[in-house]
Amino acid sequence: MSATGIPERVGHLPPRKGEEGSSEAGYNFAYLDEGTKRMIRRAILKAIAVPGYQVPFASREMPMPYGWGTGGVQVTAAILGRADVLKVIDQGADDTTNAVSIRRFFARTSGVATTTRTTEATIIQTRHRIPETPLSEGQTLVYQVPIPEPLRFLEPRETETRQLHALAEYGAMHVKLYEDISRHGHIATTYAYPVEVAGRYVMDPSPTPKFDNPKMDDCPALQLFGAGRERRIYAVPPYTRVRSLDFEDHPFRVQEFTAPCALCGARGHYLDEVVTDDSGGRMYVCSDTDICETRVAEATR
Amino acid sequence: MYVAVKGGEAAIDNAHRLLAEARRGDAAVPELSVAQIREQMALLVDRVMTEGSLYDPDLAALALKQARGDVVEAVFLVRAYRTTLPRFGASTPVDTGAMAVERRVSATFKDLPGGQVLGPTFDYTHRLIDFALAAEGAVEPAAEAEPRDDAGTCPRVTDLLAQDGLIEASPPDDGAPVGDLTREPVDYPADRALRLQALARGDEGFVLGLAYSTQRGYGRTHPFVGEIRVGEVAVEFVPEELGFAVPLGRVRLTECQMVNQFKGSGAAPPQFTRGYGLSFGQSERKAMAMALVDRALRAEELGEPVASPAQDQEFVLAHCDSLQATGFVEHLKLPHYVDFQAELELVRRLRAEFEQGRDRAGMQEAAE
Amino acid sequence: MLAAGFTDPVHDAQGTFRAVMDALARPGLSRPLAPGLAPPAPLTPELAAVALTLTDADTPVWLDAALADVPEVAAYLRFHTGAPLTDDPAQAAFALIRDPARCPPLDRFAQGTPAYPDTATTLVLALDAITPGEGLRLTGPGIKGAVRVTLTPLPEGFVAQCAGNRVGFPLGVDLILTAPGRVAGLPRSTAVTEG
Repeated sequence: MSATGIPERVGHLPPRKGEEGSSEAGYNFAYLDEGTKRMIRRAILKAIAVPGYQVPFASREMPMPYGWGTGGVQVTAAILGRADVLKVIDQGADDTTNAVSIRRFFARTSGVATTTRTTEATIIQTRHRIPETPLSEGQTLVYQVPIPEPLRFLEPRETETRQLHALAEYGAMHVKLYEDISRHGHIATTYAYPVEVAGRYVMDPSPTPKFDNPKMDDCPALQLFGAGRERRIYAVPPYTRVRSLDFEDHPFRVQEFTAPCALCGARGHYLDEVVTDDSGGRMYVCSDTDICETRVAEATR
Repeated sequence: MYVAVKGGEAAIDNAHRLLAEARRGDAAVPELSVAQIREQMALLVDRVMTEGSLYDPDLAALALKQARGDVVEAVFLVRAYRTTLPRFGASTPVDTGAMAVERRVSATFKDLPGGQVLGPTFDYTHRLIDFALAAEGAVEPAAEAEPRDDAGTCPRVTDLLAQDGLIEASPPDDGAPVGDLTREPVDYPADRALRLQALARGDEGFVLGLAYSTQRGYGRTHPFVGEIRVGEVAVEFVPEELGFAVPLGRVRLTECQMVNQFKGSGAAPPQFTRGYGLSFGQSERKAMAMALVDRALRAEELGEPVASPAQDQEFVLAHCDSLQATGFVEHLKLPHYVDFQAELELVRRLRAEFEQGRDRAGMQEAAE
Repeated sequence: MLAAGFTDPVHDAQGTFRAVMDALARPGLSRPLAPGLAPPAPLTPELAAVALTLTDADTPVWLDAALADVPEVAAYLRFHTGAPLTDDPAQAAFALIRDPARCPPLDRFAQGTPAYPDTATTLVLALDAITPGEGLRLTGPGIKGAVRVTLTPLPEGFVAQCAGNRVGFPLGVDLILTAPGRVAGLPRSTAVTEG
């Protein structure tokens, strides 16, 4: 005990076997202990082997709150190595507060290089967006997932939804989407739009706008999904069929923006609506800050 | 000209500095020491240890200081710290029958071996603000207890009832490994050990509300407090290489054994049933609430209809953890503008189609 | 004297895991794996690396006869991983196969359950060689079009066993294939055909 009555270990844990190499004194590389990493790694491998199936895992308390990316953080911590270059985005942007907080967490606990450039990153942790820049082989996209169960709002019970997945019984999801059509003339799901993975499991893509769903299909990068509070990990391997659920008479359609990005002039990007004044002024700018900045820089060169 | 917002890093740094200043408060007021919190906010420290699943009064006190007295935030700090601790294994079950009792009350018997020991309790205080406490002053020393003949023997009330078969036996230890919900995700239906773990870690307010609901008819269990006892017990651990138990130290616990009615059946004579609560330190409200909800969650096992929230284990276990709840509720503060944009676009489109439809209808009317 | 484990447990385990993860994510494409281990024979450095990276007290491990016959192998694995060894392949989270030609039928290992297909066994095989091209034709998630790979040696009727393993999807076992300095993956989602 120290003079303050606080055990000496507070803030500086005794190093454990083989846990050197951390940049934050007292914590293991990438924060998690090796036993926890092993458990998460096993779950990731099973998730890859059964695409779209939600593997239960013993999510740990992390030093950031549940619902703020603990699942994605645990997945990233389990796969991250010294040679990786990490990018973290929230709403498509590198400089939103939570993206900054998570990027700093890994910079502190692992010392790995970080970047805002999509093309330079080996691991991209994301909340709510898929970068506009096409991903490549060898990259891993780690999604933060709040509610991994696509059937949760149709059936709140885990015991029930587990059976529905086991039986591949997804009729209720189609009924729900079709009810939207009969009521609104459109499928009213605009984000977290359900997909079918490799012809078997229906999967929640996390609350990305459905604009991003086509990017998941046949993607060269590995896509990993972590839900910390709900304790599930799932995956889409590279080059895997990801189909957004739809109907013959109402095919899946993504959002379209009429105006180009007001900063870089891009069309075909997902745009944020920015309120510019209090008299109805609006402008639209890329949600993906990296591609927008890159285009602006190239245009001024 | 609009420029994309930058400066998240600087803003976060500044917010952290502001937080540090706000935590300290008026610098003219002396700073709280961790020892002061540990000694004088002891029940709060106990709650943080219980919900934090970590017995360390100094650490819990420090967490409370860092969290500016926010219980959930302090629990969060303790849990996140707990995650990083190496796990050596599980202790042998503590023997609350051998507890060095500081307080022990039973509502089911007027007197019993070991006696009713009131101990330090608010129970019979008048809740009048004591303005004398605003001024510093010495406290009158506590009275010394008269030694009793049966001091040292303090059998559990449920053990006394069990001798006559009046209460269901504790399930025998079948040697099966006990699950650990901090190491494996809960698989429903969860067994009683896992349910008790979840309730012990659960938010006191949430568990209390559920317990209260059972008393108001939502999963009624006819409870009696068989016993509440508070005191220290020894913790022992069997290291694999030794093969026998070695003492690790002592922890202070509150245990509540709730005695509940049960009708019996054609196959079994009527017997009381049990609800169980256990918490770190002195946390009687929590232990009692836990015992009530534990009993309610046994509804299916005991052949009772599962109709109320407190009897529904998925509902209780999925929502009782304050960290999971606060994390997900408070995450709504995070930016959601990408999803909101998707909804905006749809609502605008639906509104436009609605207007077009009305215009067309209007034109048709005009033409008729 | 017991042979040493990883010289850098944190980063060697991470490197091994990433090679295995990439291998399962891109079935049939082998990755370099140079763990720098010298386990007791006949345990290979690659089998040992996968075991040290993925197994612990929570994962029962099954050893094939070639490995089970040598007590030093069990002692090495027990010391470095703490994993319990099991005689029952249907109870195994991981199975280490030193002699692939005599690997028991795949359906004797844990297949998972419809609700929890993740509880299936992961088999780790020590092959002599993983050679790109010819041999088997693989299609499925993780594979752009189709990929060909020659695996030697393999048990009798391997392609038919893989078909059996695939037909019950999502049930079925997953294979991690090692060879000196290499690792490849063959998850249950992969369709395997001859020629």
